[in-house]
Amino acid sequence: MGETRLLLKHADVPGIRHYDVYRAHDGYKSAEKALAMTQEEILEEVKTSGLRGRGGAGFPTGMKWSFLAKPEGVPRHLVVNADESEPGTFKDRYLMEFIPHLLIEGMLISSFCLGSNTSYIYIRGEFAWIADILEEAIAEAKANGWLGKDIKGTGFDLEIYVQRGAGAYICGEETALLESLEGKRGNPRIKPPFPAVKGLWGRPTVVNNVESIAAVVPIIDMTGTEYAKIGVGRSTGTKLISACGNINKPGVYEIDMTQTVEEFIYSDEFCGGIANGKRLKACIPGGSSVPILPANLLLTTAEGKPRYMNYESLAEGGFATGTMMGSGGFIVLDEDQDIVYHTYTLARFYRHESCGQCSPCREGTGWMEKILKTIDEGKGKMSDIDLLWDIQRKIEGNTICPLGDAAAWPVAAAIRHFREEFEWHVLNPEECLTRNYGLGNFADPIEIKEQA
Amino acid sequence: MTTVQFSEETYKKIQEIVQRYPEGKQKSALIPVLHIVQAEHQGWLDVPVMDHVAETLGILPVEVYEVASFYSMFNLTPVGKHVLYVCQTGPCMLLGSDKIMNHIKEKLNIEEGETTSDGLFTLKPAECLGACGYGPMLQLGETYRENLTIEKVDELLEELKKLG
Ligand SMILES: Cc1cc2nc3c(=O)[nH]c(=O)nc-3n(C[C@H](O)[C@H](O)[C@H](O)COP(=O)(O)O)c2cc1C
Ligand code: SF4
Ligand code: FES
Repeated sequence: MGETRLLLKHADVPGIRHYDVYRAHDGYKSAEKALAMTQEEILEEVKTSGLRGRGGAGFPTGMKWSFLAKPEGVPRHLVVNADESEPGTFKDRYLMEFIPHLLIEGMLISSFCLGSNTSYIYIRGEFAWIADILEEAIAEAKANGWLGKDIKGTGFDLEIYVQRGAGAYICGEETALLESLEGKRGNPRIKPPFPAVKGLWGRPTVVNNVESIAAVVPIIDMTGTEYAKIGVGRSTGTKLISACGNINKPGVYEIDMTQTVEEFIYSDEFCGGIANGKRLKACIPGGSSVPILPANLLLTTAEGKPRYMNYESLAEGGFATGTMMGSGGFIVLDEDQDIVYHTYTLARFYRHESCGQCSPCREGTGWMEKILKTIDEGKGKMSDIDLLWDIQRKIEGNTICPLGDAAAWPVAAAIRHFREEFEWHVLNPEECLTRNYGLGNFADPIEIKEQA
Repeated sequence: MTTVQFSEETYKKIQEIVQRYPEGKQKSALIPVLHIVQAEHQGWLDVPVMDHVAETLGILPVEVYEVASFYSMFNLTPVGKHVLYVCQTGPCMLLGSDKIMNHIKEKLNIEEGETTSDGLFTLKPAECLGACGYGPMLQLGETYRENLTIEKVDELLEELKKLG
């Protein structure tokens, strides 16, 4: 069973980036339908669809929209989060680069539902050419009467602006994003108040991921009830997965979340197996912040049931033996990879990206990076592993924003599942510089798959 | 009054950008404006340039400094003509970004963060640039160079040297 394409259905059509081609492939059909509905009806469809935020936290989108405060005379805003900087994640980029009008159409429907007359796309600064693609799509939509004043005679006005960031992972956190959009440093705000009450310039604001807003288009087209039939349980609809690391076919795949992890990794319709005929060692299935799992716990749960590519199944076992769907950034590590070194690069990332407001995060990320480097270089002590464990525990839950947790979890999971590999680094200071721990001494038995 | 002047086109663009926000919220234009003026001033922001941005937007110079120093795409010291940002984070590392980084260091005879003596290249480490499936990769100006190999890097450096 291959991909289920709702968002990327027409992504390969030549010229789909442009209005005429997009329109000829049912483009703006959902917008037409939505503009004839009431705001409440649209909200109801989104709620019924069961759509969960695709930015990482998985919060139900319809519920988020229903929290939006609507004080008389105060403008409201929709802000699309296109910061996409969680390592392993490159799905929103794909969507915006190849089928930008899908995002614009989704924003039109969502802005209409929420009552936002000025909506913004906050895109990471390095995606400069994608910002240009979006600007072009916006100009085309405007020229065809889908943006601007009195859209299609409904009396609804909407302008969409693209704002580039300037290189800061923390600006993906929604309140830091709003600070940045206001022309400030990306320092996350203390919540509450939540953006739904006090967001951009103190006005009620909804912040949603690119993929969440794009998903509104098929939801309106097919109805929330039909959308909810795709997928399993509370994992409704389709999810974009960006697969990378040591696999044969890296790329962006749209799945209906019924696949097993094993099928996703080994099937030719998806990752196509581990590159260079190597064996699978570990995987971080939802972006660098979610717990890493060794191959055996990845493919099956602790109870020995197959693990599936959906929110519930990936989370089965909690942090002890499970992980998370997160942003869908699927990172695969083969048998040659060094868990200590890999974890060190992630720790360095979080230290670099900490905004520095809270001391547990600012100091803790720096300490974790230093200790991991020491262990990686064969200069560590056994007590360093415990120290590392202790530091990550002191960060988690003690910070203003979840970046602290995001920095702590990868370190915690690496020690939890690969402690022997850390110990081996300490006990073999010479050898760890010249070869990897590999699979030979691996703590858990790993089932080795036949290569096709 | 500061001595720096921007091009006519830049002032026009700034006006346009400020229109995107409500009355009195022109500070929101700061990051887009810094991108524009940095490109106009050899890829970095010196104090007179930042002061003039503050003046143009009607905000305090310190409001500009604190933003310019926070974001990794703004340079507060001079950089070479071509700045190579080589991604170093986990997913790119799995695909061999270390080799790419070391090769460029050797080829250009500089360390991370340094500029070649002819002022042509600056080499900077970067953290995940949202291209993990196409690693190893680097960012060059407003473009990405992906699926890098040693050969591709050599070709790129030659191409840029020819451009001067
Ligand atoms: C450190 C950090 C980085 C984040 N980066 C992103 C990001 O790049 N893109 C994104 O959509 N959400 C990101 N988020 C999640 C946002 O805060 C927010 O939950 C999300 O944009 C909401 O959209 P959704 O409900 O549609 O998922 C990040 C959160 C944290 C704590
Ligand atoms: S947890 Fe880290 S990134 Fe988040 S506000 Fe605190 S210091 Fe900043
Ligand atoms: S890790 Fe290099 S682009 Fe993501």
